[in-house]
Amino acid sequence: MINLIRLLEGGARIIEDDPWQLLCDDKTPVPSKAILPLQRWKHSQSEAVLQGHETSSQGVLLQPDDEPEALLDWLPVLTLIAIDFPSFRDGRGYSQAYLLRSRLGWQGELRAVGDVLRDQLAHMRQCGFDSFAVREDKSAADALKGLQGLSVFYGRSAIEPRPLFRRR
Amino acid sequence: MYHYDDYDRALVRERVAQFRDQVERRLSGELTEEEFLPLRLQNGLYLQRHAYMLRVAIPYGTLSADQLRALAHVASVFDRGYGHFTTRQNIQFNWIELEQVPDILEWLAEHDMHAIQTSGNCVRNITTEAFAGVAADEWLDPRPLAEILRQWSTVNPEFLFLPRKFKIALNASAEDRAAIQVHDIGLDVYRQQEELKLRVMVGGGLGRTPIIAKQLRDDLSWVDVLSYVEAILRVYNRHGQRDNKYKARIKILVKALGIDAFAEEVNREWEQIKDGPARLTLAEYERVAASFQRSAYAPLSSVDLEHGARLSQEPEFARWVERNVMAHKVPGYSNVVLSTKPGLAAPPGDVTAEQMRLVADWAERYGCGEIRVAHEQNLVLPDVPRRQLYALWREALEAGLATANVGLLTDVIACPGGDFCSLANARSIPVAQAIQARFEQLDYLHDLGSLSLNISGCMNACGHHHIGNIGILGVDKNGSEWYQLTLGGSQGQQAALGKVIGPAFAAEEVPEVIERIASVYLQLRRGDETFLDTYNRAGLEPFRVGVYQAEGAAT
Repeated sequence: MINLIRLLEGGARIIEDDPWQLLCDDKTPVPSKAILPLQRWKHSQSEAVLQGHETSSQGVLLQPDDEPEALLDWLPVLTLIAIDFPSFRDGRGYSQAYLLRSRLGWQGELRAVGDVLRDQLAHMRQCGFDSFAVREDKSAADALKGLQGLSVFYGRSAIEPRPLFRRR
Repeated sequence: MYHYDDYDRALVRERVAQFRDQVERRLSGELTEEEFLPLRLQNGLYLQRHAYMLRVAIPYGTLSADQLRALAHVASVFDRGYGHFTTRQNIQFNWIELEQVPDILEWLAEHDMHAIQTSGNCVRNITTEAFAGVAADEWLDPRPLAEILRQWSTVNPEFLFLPRKFKIALNASAEDRAAIQVHDIGLDVYRQQEELKLRVMVGGGLGRTPIIAKQLRDDLSWVDVLSYVEAILRVYNRHGQRDNKYKARIKILVKALGIDAFAEEVNREWEQIKDGPARLTLAEYERVAASFQRSAYAPLSSVDLEHGARLSQEPEFARWVERNVMAHKVPGYSNVVLSTKPGLAAPPGDVTAEQMRLVADWAERYGCGEIRVAHEQNLVLPDVPRRQLYALWREALEAGLATANVGLLTDVIACPGGDFCSLANARSIPVAQAIQARFEQLDYLHDLGSLSLNISGCMNACGHHHIGNIGILGVDKNGSEWYQLTLGGSQGQQAALGKVIGPAFAAEEVPEVIERIASVYLQLRRGDETFLDTYNRAGLEPFRVGVYQAEGAAT
């Protein structure tokens, strides 16, 4: 994936050689590092993966109508979950990310894909995303600047569960 | 009033810098208008018919004298010398240049003010009533909880791109002056055996589909308010409609699911978070509440001979006291409403920079240095000693802010309408002013008594016409402006939506029609019934007959 920003130890970096490919259409064959919509992902997995015995080589894409809770059984065998922002104005992905991180305990890579723009990155980060596939017509270097956001944070978030009044 | 600390100040300043950068990127073309739109709306910046409009937040309608002077400065330096106070207790400036917005926001930040989330599909300014902390019928001051909610909802990353705008209001008095039943969430605060509790209403709202809120819960503990509101918002964010903006409000979701199923969803979510860190602490409540505690009131006699004498000698003053002076919880003090509805002299809610500076001075001289913005678009000076009322009245009269019409028919609530707003189908201000001109006769007006009249220039209902005793909605028919009337709406504890009286009227007919409605009321009235009492007893029919029979006879 191009234009990819990842949070790694010591800060955010632009990743030049990300192997993942987002596959939303019915193309066959499926590349090994594909990110697939939930139904498609299910159909493409072996019994061993679906039973939770073997790691999936594919990532799963949550679309806005998908319930993050549907992934509960497979969280141990997944290595990447992507959440789709069909429009940067559709905020469902923020709640999905928050639930995956805070309630379902997902600790692997959580990637924002779709209409992902600089000014939304800080909010996405607060909701638990740690990788951002910035829209391809935008500069990833520029988008890095949007990641910082504000230093003051009143409420709680996925990365800081204590509201400000408990941190004062 | 709440005093900013270092955190609050840092947030507002960083936000200004962030928006300055966003404006620069827009001006350089790096951001498209579509990309910029939600960013500017989250900073209160609209693109209106003629220019940009900046809506500045006045949290729960409370301002210091210095803040009001700072707003006057914005009006005179960056706008055309006035500002417009809104039903959501904010102020709007109508003639703003995009390039200047960062400087305006920086100026506001220096005075502990901002425009964050006064627009956009996020949690808007938290509102309560203008008399919070000083009303005679109040259980307690709702503002500490409002401030706690304001902070929690400010740049809350999960809820900045909701399906639609989201409005939360609190009330803590016997009479509901915050219209909580027509909000997305209405919180009614009360005390039960020394414990603070909340009755939670949800899914109210006006606009295209007006709905009175339903009760979601009646015994929420105050410590749970943040987690409970969070649960409601998360259910809404995940499941609210997004494909049609007219069906995207939470009221549509509540209606579709039914209140019981919706409550079940919310409770399921809330169970997961209620014992988490969002649970409020007494220390935090007390920290915030301390900001709102006024220093002790000087003991004043509840009897004032000179005031009594003025009342009997000057009927004009007596009339103003009767309508515009409200009961205070401390004997000897009053709360004064400065009417922004003089009629032809200014559109409802418009206040000049010069008037703002005068009001700021009066607040310091006669009151406690604080000003409130009322939902009805008037300004309120709390804590005025009764013996100062006369001097204040004389000054307010001179400044055009002492029209004795609070709660009367000419105290019109009106949206900016087609003169300013790009959404409007019809104008509001000229209709409001034509009605005000027709009812200038104060004796007649006072005889009609309490009567609310609300005008909206389109279905979006910013003038809240559905809940006016008389509501007027501007509609477009084949390119010309028509006005549809509703009767019987009311806000407050007995909130109700008005009923359409019949076919719409042309603009020039409206004042005459209002007069016919008024005369039907005067004929039907029993004893000291208000207009609404009479309407509720007699129903729509006699008004319909009175309006349209006369119409038939005239043509």
